[in-house]
Amino acid sequence: MSGAAHADDHAHGHGVHGHGGHGQDAHGHGSFKDYVTGFVLSVILTAIPFWLVMGNVIEDKLVTGVVILGLAVVQIVVHMIYFLHMNTKSEGGWTFLALIFTITLVVITLFGSIWVMHHLNANMMPVSAEEMRHAP
Amino acid sequence: MASHANPAMNPAIAGATAADVPDFLDLEGEHHPEGSTMLGFWIYLMSDCLIFAVLFATYAVLGRSYAAGPSPKDLFDLPIVAVNTSMLLFSSITYGFAMLAMERDDLAKTQLWLAVTGLFGAAFVGLELYEFAHLIHEGATPQRSGFLSAFFTLVGTHGLHVTFGLIWLVTLMIQTRIRGLVPENRRRLMCLSMFWHFLDVIWIGVFTFVYLMGVLQ
Repeated sequence: MSGAAHADDHAHGHGVHGHGGHGQDAHGHGSFKDYVTGFVLSVILTAIPFWLVMGNVIEDKLVTGVVILGLAVVQIVVHMIYFLHMNTKSEGGWTFLALIFTITLVVITLFGSIWVMHHLNANMMPVSAEEMRHAP
Repeated sequence: MASHANPAMNPAIAGATAADVPDFLDLEGEHHPEGSTMLGFWIYLMSDCLIFAVLFATYAVLGRSYAAGPSPKDLFDLPIVAVNTSMLLFSSITYGFAMLAMERDDLAKTQLWLAVTGLFGAAFVGLELYEFAHLIHEGATPQRSGFLSAFFTLVGTHGLHVTFGLIWLVTLMIQTRIRGLVPENRRRLMCLSMFWHFLDVIWIGVFTFVYLMGVLQ
């Protein structure tokens, strides 16, 4: 959808050389329809998690947690596509490459911290004499 | 390779041999500074994203360390957070409308939508400051526990970004008023657009991970 809008952008005037105004081949503007679609999707994807938590809809808190995290990821993708006009082709793919690299670092930072600190916490717990004897 | 074999066929090489003719490698004379500006600004946003990733990781590690103090369930008021979230969401689409108006070269509409965006942004910052003041009044200061330190750092950094976005937005409203929608101002508006939508993306993480998951447990 956003790709189509991008191509459309080029069709009326943006691709013309010497058009000093806007050389934003990078992030096409998107259309009115793009923005409204993104907005409606975002409202739905925001309302559902608030409803789930405030209304105690699902008994199991773990399930609720996983569902709202999943919805957050979907909403982030929606924002990227409809508001930030992200695609794999802008700037010859460099913005997308930078995004992939950043996501990699973010995942390592987040999960690495949680993982390491959890184990550190667990191993700092007071241990019994029996456990001490078998410790390496 | 073929062009190097025959310098006479390539004006750039031919130019280099004649001493008085400047040597332009860019034969078409094309110059698109805005293109690289957008990539550069995107890379800045990605590095900002890493700052938030570190703050999120800190919150993930410290978020359950209450030091016998208040927990998220005692402190967070979800209706206010919901209103706050909608403020930011509305400001995102109104900024989108400002960009569409800019594309139509409609200065008045651009400024109108920028003003509406600014009002929503100001409402967001105002509500957040009210929430912070309320927390501090209740004794839930950043010094109280690891959870509150991490909370104020993460949410405060986001609020600071929005505040700077607002300053930038007002600056651009004045700039466009004085100079109109010149190429420089269009470029600046494009950068602020990315910045503004990016802050909304970060807020999705904040309201889900900090507020909703905090109240949930």
